[in-house]
Amino acid sequence: MKGMITICRKELADHFSSTRFTLLFYLILMVSMVIAFMVGTGLKEELKDVAKPTFVFLMLFTSPGKFLSLIQFISIFGPIIGIVLGFDAVNRERSTRTLSKLASQPIFRDYIINGKFLAGLVTIVVMMVAIVLMISGLGLLLIGVVPGPEEVYRLLIYLLISIFYIGFWLGISILFSVSFRSMATSALAAIACWIFFFFFVPMGAGVMADMIAPFDPSQASQAPELVVKNEQTRKAISLVSPMTLYSESTTIILDPLRKTTQSLILMGPFERLSISRFQNPLTLSESVHIVFPHLITLVAITLVCFAISYAIFMRQEIRST
Amino acid sequence: MNGQTIIETQDLTKVYGEQTAVNALTLKINEGEVFGFLGPNGAGKTTTLLMLLGLSEPTSGRAWVCGFDPTREALKVKRVVGYLPENVGFYDDMNAVQNLLFISRLNGIPDEEALVKIEELLNLVDLKPEPKKKVGEFSRGMRQRLGIAEVLLKNPQVVFLDEPTLGLDPDGSLQMLNLIQSLSRDKKITVFLSSHLLDQVQKISSRIGIMLKGNMVAVGRIEDLAKEKLGLEEGQYTLEELYMKYFKEGQS
Repeated sequence: MKGMITICRKELADHFSSTRFTLLFYLILMVSMVIAFMVGTGLKEELKDVAKPTFVFLMLFTSPGKFLSLIQFISIFGPIIGIVLGFDAVNRERSTRTLSKLASQPIFRDYIINGKFLAGLVTIVVMMVAIVLMISGLGLLLIGVVPGPEEVYRLLIYLLISIFYIGFWLGISILFSVSFRSMATSALAAIACWIFFFFFVPMGAGVMADMIAPFDPSQASQAPELVVKNEQTRKAISLVSPMTLYSESTTIILDPLRKTTQSLILMGPFERLSISRFQNPLTLSESVHIVFPHLITLVAITLVCFAISYAIFMRQEIRST
Repeated sequence: MNGQTIIETQDLTKVYGEQTAVNALTLKINEGEVFGFLGPNGAGKTTTLLMLLGLSEPTSGRAWVCGFDPTREALKVKRVVGYLPENVGFYDDMNAVQNLLFISRLNGIPDEEALVKIEELLNLVDLKPEPKKKVGEFSRGMRQRLGIAEVLLKNPQVVFLDEPTLGLDPDGSLQMLNLIQSLSRDKKITVFLSSHLLDQVQKISSRIGIMLKGNMVAVGRIEDLAKEKLGLEEGQYTLEELYMKYFKEGQS
């Protein structure tokens, strides 16, 4: 265990002192702060002379502002953090010939990969906690509303989901760094995965849904069940993407008024109006209940990625050349 | 010289797919010996080293290093064995002391004890602990010497040295050879030396082994092998002539 902690400490020191990490951290922090600032000033304007709604503090994270919400921003750029932290974790040691040195020390071989994963995860925790705290501080100043206990709990769960989400990308980039000898190849493979999940899965989900459950848009009002079936199919396919899992789960957690992960709700304007009269926010446990499958899937895919890298690494022969 | 057996292998074999890298290697090396391990590239020398270090699992056969089986008791072997690979790698953004301290922590040596030892070892290998000088700025010779210091950090009983003088200038090579000899002579450390520089091996080895295409074709004292193979007495031959004789026979 001591060996793993030694490797983890060294990796942490490497991460926090590396220029690329510092640049990325400040970039993400800066963009997050700009988004929070814009959303905060927007909210301040909207809420002027109006009774403040419940959970107004969480709107800092969910309101889209002028371009995108913080949730969307982390959903798109969070993977980059994971990739930067892990794409050269093992193959850099191989190319600098330090892997054989590490492996010839009296430590279990899995301590090397475990220490690296743990250090990456700790870095993600530090980074996300810092970003959420900075945004919360800025939000307090801008909208002048102190978050209630439930909002704090919801933010903590949001943090946990974000850590697992970025942890998944760390796992996938470590997997590539174990599988490929070249650092450039592992970085490219991780970025290709990111592009695949970000662009192609949503596009492909629509196309596949139209093939599996087709409907004629001009006849949609006559056959709503076909529209629902098409939407359900598209949804099920797009859940393959960790980005969808993350966006849906964090939106539900941070927006207690959202009661479903479904984006398609077939309702007339009068039905909508009458429902909104009796609309109460979900309790925290109800929100967690809705997104529980998403959370389990996120944790599972992160662990699967790590388990595959672990298995490959343990079977590899470590040579000095 | 003829102390207890410290490295022993019995029919040690490693097969990669269709290719046999090491074929039924049977060998005994005694405590305090400098054993020269010779052979052309691809002969199976590094594969043997990796199996003895517990970094690669043999396909069949067994090995013992200091009484421990490297396959089943890899950690125990690694505790008593130092390994200096060919082209030793370091963390270039750390200085010499930081590099050695990291390795000492992996070996469970307390920092206070390690720092004293590190200073001692840096003196031994003629390196000054310069905090501002990163290892990335070290010359090839300095890196090799730092590698030796790193290997000695855990007070090993056996050291595996793979081309320790590669790329060193004549003076650096001489210093390194003297250091290797003193390890065997003064500290009773067994040295398993893999090298292509035959004149150096001849100078410091008590016994040699020649590997060709995965097979150990000769093991013994250089004088005995020369007498048997070349029919020449000491001083009438070089290790190169002896090696080439075996090599040509192996080729034919």
